[in-house]
Amino acid sequence: MPEVSPLLRLSGLKKSFPVPDGGRRMIIDVPAFSLAAGEHMALRGESGSGKTTFLNLIAGILAPDAGSIDVAGGNMAALSEAKRDRLRASSIGYIFQTFNLLQGYSCLENVMLGMTFGGRADRGQALALLERVGLSHRLGHSPRQLSSGQQQRVAVARALAKRPKLVLADEPTGNLDHRNAREALKLIRDTCLETGAALLLVSHDPEVLGTFQNVRDFAELNLSLKEAAP
Amino acid sequence: MTLPLIVRRSLRQHAFSTTITALSIALAGGLLMSVWVVKEQSQKTFTQVNTGFDAVLGARGSKLQLVLNAIFDLEASPGNVSAADYQYIKHHPAVKMAIPIAVGDNLRGYRIVGTIPELFTDVEYAPGKHFSLASGKLFDPSAKEAVIGSFAARKLKLSVGDTFHPFHGLVYDAGSQHADTYIVTGVLSPSNTPADKVVWIPIHGLQTMSGHDPRAATDVSAVLVQLRSPSAGFMLDIMYNKQGNRLTFAYPIGAIMAELFQKIGWFDKVLALVAYLVALVSAAGVLVAIYNSMASRRRDIAILRALGAGRFFLFSAIVLEAMVIGAIGMVLAFGAYAAIVSSVAVIIQSQTGVLLETFTYSPVMVWAPLGMVGLCALSGLLPAWKAYRTDVAENLAPIS
Repeated sequence: MPEVSPLLRLSGLKKSFPVPDGGRRMIIDVPAFSLAAGEHMALRGESGSGKTTFLNLIAGILAPDAGSIDVAGGNMAALSEAKRDRLRASSIGYIFQTFNLLQGYSCLENVMLGMTFGGRADRGQALALLERVGLSHRLGHSPRQLSSGQQQRVAVARALAKRPKLVLADEPTGNLDHRNAREALKLIRDTCLETGAALLLVSHDPEVLGTFQNVRDFAELNLSLKEAAP
Repeated sequence: MTLPLIVRRSLRQHAFSTTITALSIALAGGLLMSVWVVKEQSQKTFTQVNTGFDAVLGARGSKLQLVLNAIFDLEASPGNVSAADYQYIKHHPAVKMAIPIAVGDNLRGYRIVGTIPELFTDVEYAPGKHFSLASGKLFDPSAKEAVIGSFAARKLKLSVGDTFHPFHGLVYDAGSQHADTYIVTGVLSPSNTPADKVVWIPIHGLQTMSGHDPRAATDVSAVLVQLRSPSAGFMLDIMYNKQGNRLTFAYPIGAIMAELFQKIGWFDKVLALVAYLVALVSAAGVLVAIYNSMASRRRDIAILRALGAGRFFLFSAIVLEAMVIGAIGMVLAFGAYAAIVSSVAVIIQSQTGVLLETFTYSPVMVWAPLGMVGLCALSGLLPAWKAYRTDVAENLAPIS
């Protein structure tokens, strides 16, 4: 049986940031990491451990100091910024803790914008997804007119509307109450299953992590955290 | 579709600053177009207005003063022309028509000009146009009667049958009223020429007005001349101006007025410079308005970047937004232009009687909007650069 190449494969990934004393502090040092197509994985990590930076590197929002990031057939680390933007737009859906919805736009426009830059703006699909997340009656509403739970549902719809191969979720339930958190998590996982998208979710919430079979400890993955530990 | 949507939403989100900035552009653009059109139309109109005459004969002095006095009913008369000189030019073979005028009195600030009825019956003040009466009839040259220009009649509230006493001098002085009583026999239809703001009476009446010097009772202030050919003008120019030393022959009228505009050309340049500076300041307003809003836009920019929008796309969105503000401003500028030129035209008409054609096409109506939108695009470059440089990760807080 031939080996299936993973959807996401990192190797030798390093990222450091300047510190006030003039030096640089290593934040990410991940020798290897991979995620198969359609796979759901949770990364456990404390606040400030570099999880967001890790996801931003995978999404091509940040460029690494070293290493390679193969996502959906492209190496994010080697691409120009414009090509990273295009790859992110076409293949990656990103769900944020603070939803990051555009306040001046309606729910439908937010979802449509999530698809546009990937070159697949499909109003019908956006409407279907908003209906799927139970917001078909809030299409013209501005995000500020919605509850936190509803806003996160719009964010989920936005991330998945373009049918990405990979969904990155950064503490997606961090700003929600218990009930909304449970619903949002179920929605993310269910829709990822429906669309066949791989899911990489980072969280420090044991309840969230408990819903995943595949949970990895970010501290084990990221050598810079081991080096920093006493 | 995405770019217009983003620009539209951004304009809506910053509606207040957009409105204020667009209004400032409207004023600047309106001012720029007004200055340009008024300058253009003034030059065109004042160098073409000759009320149907080719030349003016007057006392020795400045040709410009003579034209301003005799044609535009501005300025004081440089002196008198004797009856003999008037008769000479009237019967000169090169002269088609000679109409004498006499000035020296006013009616509550409106100039009283003495002349002969032929001015109204025989002269075309513009090609194919004769003076006509809106009401009443022409004055009897031997009676104390008056025909009032349309603008003066309106301002003086005079109509046929009303009477008045002239005032001595060209400047109104309530204490210098003449004893003579004149009756209004007619009101002229508007001609949009200086004649509209004149009170016309028989020349004999002005010459013999009570209190005037009886020794000058046959003199005239100037003679308006129609020539049989242009070459006759040059001949008379040599005769009066080079060979003679008592009189001045102002010819051709258009060239003399063009000289005036050349002399005050620096003033046009100053006005245009002020208008350009105002345009520049309002374009800078676009820069300031958008630049100041960049702090509140950073998060939206970061989100759009995270969704896959490229740096250049967002750069273009900001430049386009600045251009749209400029375009909205310039659409409104036509309203400002209409208001400004209408006011200026009223002022110019009240001072000269000449109505400028301010609502005709001028190239400034194309290049000013295009230029202003271009200037706004330039103003958008700095905030656009800031958008281009926005750090996505930093603005997608919080970080876990």
